[in-house]
Amino acid sequence: MSEKKQQVSRRQFLNYTLTGVGGFMAAGMLVPMLRMAVDPVLQPSTAGDYANVGLSVDDITDTPQRVDWKVDQVDGWYESKVSRSAWVFKDDKNEILALSPVCTHLGCVVSWEGSDNYPNEFFCPCHNGRYEKDGTNIPGTPPLAPLHVYDQKVENGILYLGDAKPR
Amino acid sequence: MLQKIYDWIDDRVDITPIWRDIADHEVPEHVNPAHHFSAFVYCFGGLTFFVVVIQILSGMFLTMYYVPDIENAWKSVYYLQTQVAHGQIVRGMHHWGASVVIVMLLLHTLRVFFQGAYKKPRELNWMVGVLLFFVMLGLGFTGYLLPWDNKAYFATQVGLEIAEQVPFIGDYLKTLLAGSDHIVGAQTLTRFFAIHVFFLPGALFALLAVHFILIRRQGISGPL
Ligand code: HEM
Ligand code: FES
Repeated sequence: MSEKKQQVSRRQFLNYTLTGVGGFMAAGMLVPMLRMAVDPVLQPSTAGDYANVGLSVDDITDTPQRVDWKVDQVDGWYESKVSRSAWVFKDDKNEILALSPVCTHLGCVVSWEGSDNYPNEFFCPCHNGRYEKDGTNIPGTPPLAPLHVYDQKVENGILYLGDAKPR
Repeated sequence: MLQKIYDWIDDRVDITPIWRDIADHEVPEHVNPAHHFSAFVYCFGGLTFFVVVIQILSGMFLTMYYVPDIENAWKSVYYLQTQVAHGQIVRGMHHWGASVVIVMLLLHTLRVFFQGAYKKPRELNWMVGVLLFFVMLGLGFTGYLLPWDNKAYFATQVGLEIAEQVPFIGDYLKTLLAGSDHIVGAQTLTRFFAIHVFFLPGALFALLAVHFILIRRQGISGPL
């Protein structure tokens, strides 16, 4: 056998096979671990379910009222009930609007007419943040975005709320 | 007696060259505070390492009591802090050390920067140092959640929202860190614990090893 014809030497062959087998073993070890670590990213989101907030549509007026309800939350192996709140009212077009009370500045809780000085507005006591009735932040006060709005639907005259989303 | 044990081992495995190579080397005059007091700035690297050692030891002992479970995490910290003899001290070392280590790291970095010690041929070690800085910030961030009190919870909430701002991958990054796309809870705590106690210390050791090997190969930079 001449040297020229021998395109893959014995040494090279062994190197390639060992690298291949070694790589395969390394991948066999690492893939399950990495898949385990990224599992939460690939899970379908459990957010977004609608919950009965215990408010009849007939009881919704054009004055914002605060509703509190609980949702079941499944956090891996830990199941619990967590509280949610919203300010619910009918706007000028007689449509139901459910605003999240979480201030878009730094996350305090806003109240309707929370300050005597600012009637007809949502007020945040933390840094005097203010919002119009429709949730728009008032320029010159700390919040830079309007209050988030809950996804909503009405079934059998009862209000159901989902997630609060920015708009 | 000790000498005899040493000689017995040395006779068989010749360990003298090993520790000589690690420990036996001249300290140049310009980095010795006994010669020039201003040379104390060279101590900050060593002090950073010293505090890292404190963090690792105190952290190891904290894990004897700590549990990364949302029902019990706070209680376990409260217990080790109030009931366990010297628990308050060990937790205090870890708690304050976490801040002191950043201060030392910063002072060390300032020395390297203002002396231009990062210049050729030591650019690589500057980069390793930057990675060490990120690992240390990561340890601070993940450790902060572990006591599972209000401050921990909301600090993590804010930290995760910052991670979410990263272009394109922000959402995934947040989920990957928190273990959930909308809950900071049970899975977040176990993840942060694993990262704090295994993943980042592992990375820290590897980077420190490279950092020190490079220093030994290249030597300390010369006088100004
Ligand atoms: C440079 C290294 C480290 C830094 C900067 C660091 C930082 C922190 C911080 C800021 C906390 C919160 C403490 C508090 O709020 O009182 C913490 C907690 C904790 N760390 Fe570390 N850590 C480091 C290394 C380690 C290591 C290596 C381990 C374990 C092997 C560890 C185990 C723990 C445990 C169990 C807690 C929870 C107990 C507590 O909060 O007091 N840490 N760490
Ligand atoms: S948190 Fe509401 S104004 Fe700052």
